[in-house]
Amino acid sequence: MMSYFLRKLLRLGVVLLVVAAASFLLMTLLPGDVALALLGNDATPEAVAQVRAELGLDQPLLLRYLHWLGGFLRGDLGRSYITQVPVMESILDRLPVTIELMLLSQGLALLIAVPAGVLCAYKAGSRIDQFANAVALLLLAAPVFILAILLMFLFALKLRWLPSTGYVPFMTDPVRNLAHLALPALAIALAEWPSLFAVLRADMIRTLQQDYIALAKAKGLGPAFILFRHALRPSSFTLVTISGLQIAATIAGALVVETIFGLPGIGRMLTGAVYNRDMMLVQGCVAVISVGYVLINFGVDLIYALLDPRVRQ
Amino acid sequence: MSAFADDPGHETASAMAAPSPMQVRDRLGFRFWLPAVWIAIVVALATTANLLPLPSPIETDFAALSNWPDRTHWFGTDQLGRDILSRAIFGARISLTVGLLAPALGLGIGMLLGMAAGYFRGRVEAVIAAAMDAVMAFPGILVVLAVTAYVGASVPLLVIVLGVLTVPTFMRVARANTLVFAQHDFVLAARAMGATHWRVLSLEILPNVVIPMLIYALLVISRIIVVEGVLSFLGLSLPAPWPTWGNMIADGQVDLATLPYIPFIPAALMFLTVLSINLIGERLRARTDLRGSAL
Repeated sequence: MMSYFLRKLLRLGVVLLVVAAASFLLMTLLPGDVALALLGNDATPEAVAQVRAELGLDQPLLLRYLHWLGGFLRGDLGRSYITQVPVMESILDRLPVTIELMLLSQGLALLIAVPAGVLCAYKAGSRIDQFANAVALLLLAAPVFILAILLMFLFALKLRWLPSTGYVPFMTDPVRNLAHLALPALAIALAEWPSLFAVLRADMIRTLQQDYIALAKAKGLGPAFILFRHALRPSSFTLVTISGLQIAATIAGALVVETIFGLPGIGRMLTGAVYNRDMMLVQGCVAVISVGYVLINFGVDLIYALLDPRVRQ
Repeated sequence: MSAFADDPGHETASAMAAPSPMQVRDRLGFRFWLPAVWIAIVVALATTANLLPLPSPIETDFAALSNWPDRTHWFGTDQLGRDILSRAIFGARISLTVGLLAPALGLGIGMLLGMAAGYFRGRVEAVIAAAMDAVMAFPGILVVLAVTAYVGASVPLLVIVLGVLTVPTFMRVARANTLVFAQHDFVLAARAMGATHWRVLSLEILPNVVIPMLIYALLVISRIIVVEGVLSFLGLSLPAPWPTWGNMIADGQVDLATLPYIPFIPAALMFLTVLSINLIGERLRARTDLRGSAL
């Protein structure tokens, strides 16, 4: 177990370095001049040269990368070209909103997918199974931003059950905080659960054909006990893998959903930074989100090893 | 059939008329043809948009601002008096262009890499797999955002970036299929007869790999149409005033409460198109028996 963990950790370190280098290079190698973008096209060459020197753009690439990486490790991602606020400060400001949204949406998606997947595997081929599969198929074709607008139209604008836009911090008022996050989280969850449901159902059907399940039945154990205590864990490997990969989809979902519902999260900040061509902010967001994504997938790998001892070999 | 159960003559007759299991499996059914007809209509309208008697998709008609669907404007007009039917048809062009070209690019590169990895194995496979892992370590949408932030949004750029992002999955499908077929006897026979690697790959393996790849590509096409929708919804695809389904939905979202038809018409079109492609893909996948576990 220990050496498995160490190997994973080493791999993690390499991937993190690659991701950091890629975030840096992405912003550096692409055509276009940041100084020119800052000053506008009719800036004098002297002014451009001065801004480039201030930003350190006149130094060699490797030196700039090491400088940037050193800053990144200390949590210093530079300052926004436009607002002059440190990038890390803006990110830390917005991150809790996005993390809460992602946890809620992933939790909701699992809350729908796991019971539905277990039930449909148990009653495979029945009416309820067919119905759930049809719903999953329909939702699989519904992009998250369309679901978000539909939910907003129904529950916020027509029925007026929940607010359509805005945000209240959890610490200020937990109930209103959840009211603001309910529709955004539900939109992402509705788009995500079909794929989780499909893999769990397929794996579960396979597990339920195993001999030890027949033995459990023969011992007279109840179906609920067999399904959740005996069958769920060995059926959830693909589910765990998929839910790690789904994080990428959730990030994409958060980008649009935060924009639609006006949540002050990192996704909305990033899209804003893209419009304003605020490169430092874009670079910082890309680096932080990518590193987070790699770390989450690392965590998923570890969960996988805990679930299935064979993986550690 | 059961009504005639005690009549032996009838039973044999109906048994003969009944389709054999093979024939049942061969029939594609309405769950294939209905979506196929829809896709055919969308493609036909999008490709002939210039020839159709449609009002301009970008011309504003101040006499007809925010008109609900009626006889002159079948899908109504938006807040600037632009005909939504016309915009929807022209918008389909962008979704289809990006949705077809990006996976085509990814399929081309991914199939080459995947076949090389699955056929040669060893170091070639290790290098290709590592490169693909590096691409997949990034959440794709971030790459697209970062690149468009720098270069500015355009359709060719979207095709290239989204195409590259689909390479790893195509590579995996190609590798998985190549691994299976490279072990078959016909490959061994070809090798024994002195066929070169190139000949084996192009004549023996490619024809077997390309069918599951094309079917898998349908899934990728529907996914890319959604991603293009997200990007143009965020204003990162074709610049205004040219319509895309995504930016039509974004424009309509402003007046969602009072003019819901403006965003919901392009939303419904996009939903139906993606659903149709998924249904066609699923039907074809079931027929060619490509198992998900092969990935």
